[in-house]
Amino acid sequence: MEAVLSRAGMWFLLLVLSVAAVATAADGGFAVHMTILAIVAFVALCLTVARSDFDSLGNAIVRAPADPSRYDDDPVRWGVIATVGWSIVGMLAGLVVALQLVFPALNLEPWLNFGRLRPLHTSGVIFAFGGNVLIASSFYVVQRTCRTRLAFPGLARFVFWGYQLFIVLAATGYLLGITQSREYAEPEWYVDLWLTIVWVAYFVVFVGTLIRRTEPHIYVANWFYLSFIITIAMLHIVNNLAVPVTPLGSLSYSAFAGVQDALTQWWYGHNAVAFFLTVPFLAMMYYFVPKQAGRPIYSYRLSILHFWSLIFLYIWAGPHHLHYTALPDWAQTLGMVFSVILWMPSWGGMINGLMTLNGAWDKVRTDPIIRMMVLALAFYGMATFEGPMLSIKAVNSLSHYTDWTIGHVHAGALGWNGMISFAVVYFLVPRLWKRQRLYSLRWVNWHFWLATVGIVFYAAAMWVAGITQGLMWREYGADGYLVNSFVETVAALKPMYLLRAIGGVLYLAGAVLMVANVWLTIAGRQRAEAPLREAPYDPEADRPIVAVPAE
Amino acid sequence: MSGHSTYETLRHLADSWGLLAMLVTFVVLVAWPLRPGARRHNEEAAQIIFKDDDDGEL
Repeated sequence: MEAVLSRAGMWFLLLVLSVAAVATAADGGFAVHMTILAIVAFVALCLTVARSDFDSLGNAIVRAPADPSRYDDDPVRWGVIATVGWSIVGMLAGLVVALQLVFPALNLEPWLNFGRLRPLHTSGVIFAFGGNVLIASSFYVVQRTCRTRLAFPGLARFVFWGYQLFIVLAATGYLLGITQSREYAEPEWYVDLWLTIVWVAYFVVFVGTLIRRTEPHIYVANWFYLSFIITIAMLHIVNNLAVPVTPLGSLSYSAFAGVQDALTQWWYGHNAVAFFLTVPFLAMMYYFVPKQAGRPIYSYRLSILHFWSLIFLYIWAGPHHLHYTALPDWAQTLGMVFSVILWMPSWGGMINGLMTLNGAWDKVRTDPIIRMMVLALAFYGMATFEGPMLSIKAVNSLSHYTDWTIGHVHAGALGWNGMISFAVVYFLVPRLWKRQRLYSLRWVNWHFWLATVGIVFYAAAMWVAGITQGLMWREYGADGYLVNSFVETVAALKPMYLLRAIGGVLYLAGAVLMVANVWLTIAGRQRAEAPLREAPYDPEADRPIVAVPAE
Repeated sequence: MSGHSTYETLRHLADSWGLLAMLVTFVVLVAWPLRPGARRHNEEAAQIIFKDDDDGEL
């Protein structure tokens, strides 16, 4: 009873404080965000009071399952559902912004214009879709490889719900026009502080679970997850150092200025790609690819080489985003050199993943989940070749600020991050909900092909668009003037933008199929369907034609 | 002037002892799993994920 009272009191205090903040807010956006916080506090208060029989009913929400012989998988289940749900939001926002570039009338001022929807798309797919699949899969993998339960079950639940609140505040903030205009770090100072608290809790849960492991060796996937948690904390805090104008308003100013600010942003921005979109997804690769293939990783030593090389090299690559700017030349060259060196360990990792299938390559034909993983690794290899190439100054002088960059990012994001995440979702859902199999493996196959064709449309259109754009921008006439005006380059790219949007439709259609598949699997249904094509052996047919002598 | 000299100090550290320390650390960490006798340990580590075949039971 006392626990209920103190918890209810805490929520009530939060409710009062947030209502007070609404009343005294310096701007409308801050008031809306404090209203959201007040609603969260109110709902939590109601739930706490209604469940006065806290010890039994509250189990599912804040406690781990009582049976110690079961893994603590509730946060993983919620995380998978959140992943699947947010994927639609993030990708739909992406499709809308792609269409806005073709049909400007779709810019619905002020809340749904391009400038506000674009960060909704980037944060939606990176932090909402990607972040949830990373948190969920890390909780799944760390328990299985350490052979123990999550260390702090209550805190693990706080991490999940706190992270969702961060996403809601970030997403609504963008639509309201609240932004600090830092790439992949648009949320304002108070949302950043909230994420810091959630992230520290995440670190405590993860490290606590590692400490109480029963398996002596820490499996390499956990190294990747841990470096993701630590480095993202460091990047997030330094990049978001800012001074708020007033404690009751959403506006703040960065602690850095000029080129220092630009370098801080891209030190963060590129390492967000490295330590959010690469390293933890490799953690998923190192657990789920061997698991699905039923074979251990090709070379465990190579995975350790891969790990330390990424850790030591990636952090220096950021300056390649600032070629030919006010950044000192030596810093640009440093960024370029480290980016090029990164190519080798990246391909080492890709080869390690692909070679795991040695002796099991037939599964690519019969198992669409393995096929997704193979395609993800192929795109990991492609993107980590294209990235170093684009970081070379001479190439960058053509590609920078063009759609080639967008194409590169999406080859990595759709091909590598998207495909490996879908594969992991399909791996996890039957296991987490104790289903014999997915609702439909053939739908997974459809998802694979829709997504693959979508990526081809997207990447090909953006390569052509980017190179066209770069060449048109730099074209000089005989008299020394630029040949093309900016609007002429935009007009030239319009067909490519339409093709890109078609790719987006296909990719989103695949994700919708995933939502339906996951939904029906959780509902316990199985589609009656023929198995995916086998190549059965027919000994009768396997013989030469014997010439029959003429009579 | 103090800002300038801090920069100089850090810059010299970064391209001398700092660089050497990071390089040595990196080489040791990468060479460690390749040391003689580590093969069996690494092969066992790669099998950890299959100890838990029953998905969800400890």
